[in-house]
Amino acid sequence: MSILINKDTKVIVQGFTGKEGTFHAEQCLAYGTKIVGGVTPNKGGQEHLGQPVFNTVEEAVKNTGATVSMIFVPPAFVGDAVMEAAEAGIELAVIITEGAPVKDMQMAKSYATKHGMKTLGPNCPGIITAEECKIGIMPGMIFKKGSVGLISKSGTLTYEGANQVCNEGFGITTAVGIGGDPIIGLSYKQLLPMFEADPETKCIVMIGEIGGDLEIQAAKLIKESITKPVVAFIAGQTAPKGKTMGHAGAIVSGSAGTAAEKMAALEAAGVTVVVSPAEIGKAVTKVMANK
Amino acid sequence: MNIHEYQAKQIFAKYGVPTPKGIMAESVPAAVKAAEQLSGPIWVVKAQIHAGGRGLGGGVKLAKSIEEVRTLSEEILGMTLVTHQTTTEGKLVQKLYIEEGADIKAEYYLSVVLDRKLEMPLIVASTEGGMNIEDVAANSPEKIVKVPIDPAIGFQSFHGRELAFGLGITDKVEQKNIISFAQKLFKVYTENDAEMIEVNPLIRTGDGEFLALDGKMGFDNSALGRHPDIAAMRDLSEEDADEVEAAKYGLSYVALDGEIGCMVNGAGLAMGTMDTINYMGGTPANFLDVGGSANAQTVAKGFEIILKNPNVKAIFVNIFGGIVRCDRIANGIIEATKITDVNVPVIVRLDGTNAPEAAEILKNANISNLIVGNDLGDGAAKAVAAAKGE
Repeated sequence: MSILINKDTKVIVQGFTGKEGTFHAEQCLAYGTKIVGGVTPNKGGQEHLGQPVFNTVEEAVKNTGATVSMIFVPPAFVGDAVMEAAEAGIELAVIITEGAPVKDMQMAKSYATKHGMKTLGPNCPGIITAEECKIGIMPGMIFKKGSVGLISKSGTLTYEGANQVCNEGFGITTAVGIGGDPIIGLSYKQLLPMFEADPETKCIVMIGEIGGDLEIQAAKLIKESITKPVVAFIAGQTAPKGKTMGHAGAIVSGSAGTAAEKMAALEAAGVTVVVSPAEIGKAVTKVMANK
Repeated sequence: MNIHEYQAKQIFAKYGVPTPKGIMAESVPAAVKAAEQLSGPIWVVKAQIHAGGRGLGGGVKLAKSIEEVRTLSEEILGMTLVTHQTTTEGKLVQKLYIEEGADIKAEYYLSVVLDRKLEMPLIVASTEGGMNIEDVAANSPEKIVKVPIDPAIGFQSFHGRELAFGLGITDKVEQKNIISFAQKLFKVYTENDAEMIEVNPLIRTGDGEFLALDGKMGFDNSALGRHPDIAAMRDLSEEDADEVEAAKYGLSYVALDGEIGCMVNGAGLAMGTMDTINYMGGTPANFLDVGGSANAQTVAKGFEIILKNPNVKAIFVNIFGGIVRCDRIANGIIEATKITDVNVPVIVRLDGTNAPEAAEILKNANISNLIVGNDLGDGAAKAVAAAKGE
């Protein structure tokens, strides 16, 4: 078992024939991901990496039965690509592209939600179910199959955390990079209950960062409804105070989004919070031994 | 990206958001000339820096004559202004904004920001104008009015009514004016991909008009490509020179006041590395994210920028190679130590793809001040020890 994706998940790639799209689609195929085609306007009918290319997502979905789209289009076209995927009936869009304008993401996410499509990212490493399906840019070989679910805002900290968990002998069920942009798709709030419901996941690692209040919301949810042990790290305890001009952002959420505030909220919810990411692996070993 | 008050007011003017008349000046004679072109009998001389709290810091003053405009301009231009939003070193004032005095009957606060929880823009307003809005939110949250606006429908009349009634504005002319002001400001926000707009204070005049007495704007950097006019407003002198230089090479750098230079791939791991150094009893000298494609050139540039800081006693290179192969990065580091004179111990931790090969390459390179860290914890511990001269 796993969450969201497994060995049978059919995936298309938007921005399939571009440099990034090509490189990473190739890596995903090598990992065993069922990439069944891709979309590049005006290249429909061609074949790329042994898979068919379509002009539109609608056509790709009709012909391949894909349910997930991995998006690599340039930043200015991300909003459009996400809305096209939603319209075509895609169930999950994994948005890898970095630098999509926030306004575009607001519109696109709101439209996706209306169409019942889940989104992940933008500006994230993607999602991987160990040894089954990789939809993203993470190095596949560090994710060994196991019993720990991982959710992270940061790309390289996802690798760091997964590597430690695997070195401690546990392995990963599914690891999800949610990204740290102002507007993101799936977050702790939706993913924690999925891991809670997944029988193979025995422990959850969540990696957060300073800014926003997603981790505070997660703490509340963990307290109320997550019974599996959670290990957390919040990056940015030593980061300098933001050099912003106005401070209205902090007022809106009613929280300054500091690491200390988030760590305290998670600790109060019964989470094992580590002060350094170097301690993630050991903390997992400890909570698994206490189970 | 942030801009100056005078630039924000130029944008406001384009959209018909009312502001007092004003002219930007970069010298005392230009300031005097500006005052002569504007109507008196009162002028305001305002320091233009990218930070709030200018008034309290002595950067905004009233002049009752042209002569006083001259005296005040001499005083403010070239001063170093320290406010609660600058560093303790403050910011050098290089530009002034000379503005006509306004007939202030009441002061309000108005801003447009992104509400990350609602995932839509939010108008925040208060009757407590001219105050620090964070204090207002902490001490009298009932005085803050919040109106979220779904971009799919845009600013509707009911949004305006919620705002006007929320601020206790009952006069019909005043209602019409505040609604029109907010509607135009919202248009400025959406059409320019602003990250935030803050007008504090927003004033009401004796005639029931609303004017933006101040204006702060920040923009979504990801959207600057479609706003070349705004991108052109960037004032590099307001930004940290090392950060600007680093950005040219795709590096994201922020100086801190510790002793251990850090070079890491990925912002999250970079912050996590700083946290680990701190946890082990050391102090990070900087945040440096080399990005996803670290190579010899970027690593060399990173060393150069880190070593400009005289406090640096050791450097910790912490790379988790994903798609990037560690053996290539190891070669990059060796190459970089040849290009740049690195005179402090360098602790290198490379993990991920081809890590064993990388360790072998570093070992065989025989660089005397290069120490290999086996994992994040080990590397950080060695860096802390090296910085202490152990």
